[in-house]
Amino acid sequence: MELSAEYLREKLQRGLEAEHVEVEDTTPSRCAASFRVLVVSSKFQGKPLLQRHRLVNSCLEEELRHIHAFEQKTLTPEQWDKERQK
Amino acid sequence: MSGSLGRASAALLHLGRGVLLRGPALRTRSSGPAGSGSASREHLDALVKKDKVVVFLKGTPQQPQCGFSNAVVQILRLHGVSDYAAYNVLEDPDLRQGIKDYSNWPTIPQVYLNGEFVGGCDILLQMHQNGDLVEELKKLGIRSALLDAKTDQDSK
Repeated sequence: MELSAEYLREKLQRGLEAEHVEVEDTTPSRCAASFRVLVVSSKFQGKPLLQRHRLVNSCLEEELRHIHAFEQKTLTPEQWDKERQK
Repeated sequence: MSGSLGRASAALLHLGRGVLLRGPALRTRSSGPAGSGSASREHLDALVKKDKVVVFLKGTPQQPQCGFSNAVVQILRLHGVSDYAAYNVLEDPDLRQGIKDYSNWPTIPQVYLNGEFVGGCDILLQMHQNGDLVEELKKLGIRSALLDAKTDQDSK
C-alpha cells in the first residue's frame, strides 16, 4: 500500500475538494511512518475543529491504519488567506 | 494570542522527555489485568466521565514517552490544571486500542473534557492558542492560571 506524501496529498485534495493541501513526511524525526498535513477546504466552513479533523481522518481512514503519527491543520479558504497575510 | 503564550506554544513540541510535573493529585492508572475488561466501552465510558479532565497518554505526566503526549501535559501545566486523570496506554495494549475504538480516533494522546472527546494534541494546542481552552476550562469550573498571568502582564 502506497504511503507517500504525494499519494496522501492527492487523496486529501480529491476527498475534501481542497483548495490547497500540503503534506510533509515527518518520518525521519519520528520512529515510524509520520505525516504532517495542512488542508484548506471550504468543506470546513462552520465546522468545529474536531469535526474538521474527523473529516480528514475519514478521508484517510485506510492509510491511518498504517501511519504512526499524524499532525493536521485544517483551515477554511478565508482562514488560509488571513494566515498568508501575516 | 501573542507574547508569552505564542512563545510557550512554540516551545511545547520541542520539550524533551522526563519533564517533572509539580503539582498535587495526579491519578495514573496502574496496570490492571490485561484483557477485554480494561477496554470495554462501558469501562472507558466510566473512565472518561469519572474526572473533569481525562487524558490518555503515551507515558505519564512525569515522564511522557512521546512528543505529542508531552505537549498535552505541558499545555495543561501552563493552564495550572494539576488535578486530572492520566492513563498510560503503553502499560495496556487493550486500553491503547480500546480508547481509539471508543473515540473513533486513530492516535494518542486523547483529551476528554467533561466526559467528551475534545481531540488530540493538535486540537488542544489550537484551543490553547486561540483562547478556547481557557473558556472550556471555565465551563468546568477550572480557572486557567493563564488568566492570572495575563493580568500581570497587562498591568506592567
